[in-house]
Order: sequence, then C-alpha cells, then structure tokens
Amino acid sequence: MSFFCNSYPVIEKKALAEDIYSYTILCPEVANNASIGQFVQIKAEGYMLRRPISICSVDKEKGTLRLVFEVRGKGTDKITELNKGDLMDVIAPLGKGFTTPAKKEGRVIVVGGGIGTPPMLDIAKQYGENCTAILGFRSFDRVILDKDYASTGAKTIVCTDDGSVGVKGMVTGPLTEELAKGDVACVYACGPTPMLKAVVEAAKAAGVDSEVSLEQRMGCGVGACVVCACTVVRGGKEYVLRVCKDGPVFKGEEVVL
Amino acid sequence: MSVKPDISVNVCGQNFKNPIIAASGAYGFGEDYTDLYPLSALGGISCKGTTLNPKDGNIPPRIAETPSGILNSVGLQNPGIDRFINYYLPRLKTQDTVVIANIAGASIDDYREVAEKLDSTDVDMIELNISCPNVKKGGATWGVTCEGAASVTKAVRNATKKPVIVKLTPNVTDITEIARAVEAEGADSVSVINTLLGMRIDIRTRRPILHNNVGGLSGPAIFPVAVRMVWQVSNAVKIPVIGMGGIATAEDAIEMMMAGASALQMGTAIFNDPYAPIKVCEGIEKFLIENKIEKLSDIVGTVKPW
Ligand SMILES: Cc1cc2nc3c(=O)[nH]c(=O)nc-3n(C[C@H](O)[C@H](O)[C@H](O)COP(=O)(O)OP(=O)(O)OC[C@H]3O[C@@H](n4cnc5c(N)ncnc54)[C@H](O)[C@@H]3O)c2cc1C
Ligand SMILES: Cc1cc2nc3c(=O)[nH]c(=O)nc-3n(C[C@H](O)[C@H](O)[C@H](O)COP(=O)(O)O)c2cc1C
Ligand code: FES
Repeated sequence: MSFFCNSYPVIEKKALAEDIYSYTILCPEVANNASIGQFVQIKAEGYMLRRPISICSVDKEKGTLRLVFEVRGKGTDKITELNKGDLMDVIAPLGKGFTTPAKKEGRVIVVGGGIGTPPMLDIAKQYGENCTAILGFRSFDRVILDKDYASTGAKTIVCTDDGSVGVKGMVTGPLTEELAKGDVACVYACGPTPMLKAVVEAAKAAGVDSEVSLEQRMGCGVGACVVCACTVVRGGKEYVLRVCKDGPVFKGEEVVL
Repeated sequence: MSVKPDISVNVCGQNFKNPIIAASGAYGFGEDYTDLYPLSALGGISCKGTTLNPKDGNIPPRIAETPSGILNSVGLQNPGIDRFINYYLPRLKTQDTVVIANIAGASIDDYREVAEKLDSTDVDMIELNISCPNVKKGGATWGVTCEGAASVTKAVRNATKKPVIVKLTPNVTDITEIARAVEAEGADSVSVINTLLGMRIDIRTRRPILHNNVGGLSGPAIFPVAVRMVWQVSNAVKIPVIGMGGIATAEDAIEMMMAGASALQMGTAIFNDPYAPIKVCEGIEKFLIENKIEKLSDIVGTVKPW
C-alpha cells in the first residue's frame, strides 16, 4: 500500500447529469496500487485544500482510474475546467477501502445514496450476479451509474424520493426486503449519514455485517494532521480515528454515526 | 559550474542540513509522507503538539478553507508523551533529521512533567506551544501575557537541559514584549508565529463551519503578518528566531529569513503540495547561485528597512 503525488492525463470526461462528471485518468502506478473504496485528493488550482473524491472504478490492465463527482462548491467547479488531455494533480490512492473477501460466500448488497453511489461499482464488478445494488436518488434527473451497475450483472434497484423513476421512497425499503431473503454476507454503503445509520441498523437487525464509507472535511488526506476525526467503539472503548487513513471505510457495528 | 551553496543553518548549536522544518501539526510524527520522500529530505520535524496524557481533540468539522489559507480547530489530539517517547521518538531518531518535540499543557506542572520526561530522551530540541488557540484551558492563555509566558518557560527551563524553543502566538497586542519575557527566563529560541484566531460561517445554515466555532488561521493568508512579527521579534531579542506562517515558495522562505528568521517551518503549504519543502530548498539554492551567495545563513536579518 503506497501512494503517489503526481499529475496524470485526463483521457475521458463525461457529464452524467447536471453538475455531475465522470473523469478517467491514466495513472498506471496508482491503478496498480488501488483497491476498492480508496480515494484520491484532487488539487483545485487556486485553492489551498485538495478535494477528496472516491475511486469509482479501477482498470489495472489499462492503468486507469475513474472518478465521479458532483460540483458542490468552488473547488469541485474549478476541477471541472479540466478537459481531455489536461493533467489532473492527485495524491492517490489513499485510505483503507472495503474488505471484499475473494471467496464469495453468499450474496452482497451495496447501497448508494446520490453522489455516494460511485465507490462501490467495483464491488458489483467483483460479485456480478451475486450482488444486489440499491441506488437512491432525489429524482430521475439525478440518477447516475445505474446502467454501469446493471452491466456488471448485479441486480440493480433504483429508488427515487419522488418516485419519478424506479421504486418510490428510501433505499431502506428494498434493503429490508433483500436482507429478508437471507444468505447475505455483507452490506456495503456510502451516502448521507442518515442513510448510513438506517443501513447499519437494518443490517444489524438481520445479523449481517456492514461496511460504510464516511465523509469528513480533510486537510492533508494522508493521516498527518488529524483534522478528519471520527469515533469508533471497539471492545466498549471509544477511539478517535482518522477518516483519511484509518478509513474512509469503517465497520458498521463499530463506527459512531 | 558553480559550487553548490551551503543551505544548512544552525539554531542554538543544533545543525539543520537545510532550513525547512515541518511545522507542528502538519506532519504528524513523520510517518505519513514517507511514500513520497524520506524524512531526511527535511531539515527537521516539529512533531504534533503532545500533552502529558492522550487527548481526543475537538468535535469535527475541524477545518475550513479561507482565501489563501485554512482555519483549523484540531484541539491538540495526540497520543500523549509516553507514547511519543516509547514509540514515535525511536523511529524518528533513525531518519537523519532534527527531531523537535512540540509540547503543550493545561498547567505549569503538566509542562514541567512533560519536559522532565523528554530530558532523559535523545530528542534534539523542545518547542513549547504556549499558543494553541484551540483548547479552552492552557495553550493560548499562557502565551498572551508576559507573566504566563515567563512562568511556563521558567518551569521548563528548570526541568531540562535540551534547547528550548518557545512558540509565540500572534494573538497579542505586542509580541515583542512576550518574546523578551521568555528570553529573560532562559528560552534558547523563539518560533514565530502560531495561527491567528479566525472564524467562517456557512451562510445557508448560519452555523460556523468549525464545530469549535473559531479556529486558527494559517497558510499564505497570514504570511505578511508573520514576516512583520519575525522582523519585530528578531529586532527585540538576541536569541535566534524560527520563522513560520504561510511559507509556500522559495521566495517566501528567503523573504522570511531576510526579515530575521534563522530557520523556517512549513505547515499548510504541504497539504496543497506535499513536495513543497523540497521545492523550496531547490529554489533557495537557485537563488543563492544566481546571487552569488555562498552561505544561506548570510542572508538572515539582512532586510534594509527604510
Ligand atoms: C473520502 C471521501 C470521498 C468522497 N468521494 C466523493 C465522490 O466520489 N464524489 C463526490 O461528488 N463527492 C465525494 N466526496 C465529497 C467531496 O469531497 C465534497 O463534495 C467536495 O470536497 C466539496 O468541495 P467543493 O469545492 O465543491 O465545496 P466547497 O464548499 O468549496 O469546499 C470547501 C471545503 O470543504 C470541504 N468539503 C465540503 N463538503 C465536503 C464533504 N461532503 N466531504 C468532505 N469535504 C467537504 C472541501 O473539500 C473543501 O476543503 C467525498 C468526500 C470524502 C471525504
Ligand atoms: C492542522 C494544524 C494543526 C496544528 N497543530 C499545531 C500543534 O499541535 N502545535 C503547534 O505548536 N502548532 C500547531 N499548528 C500551527 C503550525 O505549526 C504553524 O504555526 C501555523 O500553521 C503557521 O504555519 P503555516 O502557515 O506554514 O501552516 C497547527 C497548524 C495546523 C494547520
Ligand atoms: S486529513 Fe489529515 S489526518 Fe486526515
């Protein structure tokens, strides 16, 4: 596990929805070292702090990394000025990702909320039809990556708050149904905190392990500055850990959300 | 080809192979950037502020972005002095760089006890943080009065023979008074400056971005303030001044040394570019060659005020 700090060429840029972009960068050294659920720190020219963005997908053969992010403020907006052929300055790959046992005992469920859908695409790739992907969005025009998930062979369920496409309502409905079918090895989730809480609760109730990817404001992104604190409970004791280095993925039953 | 200029510096008898020391809090205990370059590339490292007992720090968010800077309110999260001495220090001492322990406390006794523990180790220097803006008790409260600053310095001075650097807060009316007070109590050096107290508010939620409401401003935004204070302090005391606050480029480094800094620390700039310390050293060498200066320390305090 080592990381790099370098500028890599953008080989593809696509708009997935209004203000949501997919970038593919050519970075064989990073791709070789990256695992599912890790993230990168992208430099936004003119801003002090780099922006943490999850790795959506890795292609080790092609040496590429795919990043999908939403413009939320000035820094992410600045990054979208990069076009095909431009260089993206990143520190990557960073953090501790999802643990995805190679041995496929039973099924896995991934739950993504909004811009939390990208980091688990490669889990779906790994498990194919043994994966159920439950993806929640505000409405039809915010739906991203549903086709990418479906093309992995994963059973893909889209939910929208307003019912404009797919199942109306929260991801927890379909999640509870899928858990009830049994034989689930693990639930993986990324999205808004209330959603993560609900997912962890549902998994616990079904006696299934869960792993969640957290967000926190970061400084260094590599573990040095301890600004990205989160609390976990292990053996009845509280520990303050770093989202950037000890996470961003934590065990659902340990993390305090 | 010109001769390679000498960019080593000496502070209180301690030699640094180059003038760039990683600033306390930005570089942890030196473990986190070694994938990119060895610690030996740095002149030194000032470790994360360490207290007698472990501390969990403040509730996040602990960082906010500002124009050309950042606010932080970590609140001195650290593993405690025993862990520093038993675990981090032995590892750091094999890395061919100067190791500075940065210490903080809530009481004079805390500072004394931590300094006593460090005295029997092979740590190279001790930096006293009497200026942390992010903890309610201790930290800044010592650094804002001459009496407070003097009493902590005196206690630590009596507890250790290690070189003692006192880190000053800019959040005072006259920083030179504090500098003189700690010099009088036996400080070997002062480091200038810690962060400036600041605040940002999210106008949609009307909530401060930092959960601590306020935090310390660092980065290029504070550079001119830091240069001014380094200049004032270096004129007020005889002990060497270690300059910091917003250094990001070789030009910044040279400017701060001309203002009177004998060595430098860099923090926030490393978040943006982890290679910044190395680039600064390369730029300093280039400047010295271009200006036919053989020794970096010859530029210290050479500003020609009007
Ligand atoms: C590990 C991790 C993975 C992430 N992965 C993705 C992803 O794949 N796709 C995606 O769209 N977003 C992702 N995010 C969220 C993304 O980092 C923020 O939306 C982004 O930093 C906002 O920056 P800005 O310039 O748009 O906003 P600004 O408001 O200008 O940002 C100001 C500062 O706050 C920080 N900040 C603001 N919101 C967040 C947040 N939610 N999380 C962390 N820092 C924040 C910024 O990094 C910056 O330092 C991830 C966050 C983390 C921590
Ligand atoms: C995240 C963060 C944590 C810090 N923690 C400490 C600390 O523990 N002790 C200390 O003396 N200074 C601490 N500082 C202050 C820095 O050492 C330095 O004085 C200040 O950031 C100005 O330098 P810069 O602009 O190069 O960062 C911290 C700064 C930052 C940004
Ligand atoms: S962002 Fe610096 S430790 Fe996590």
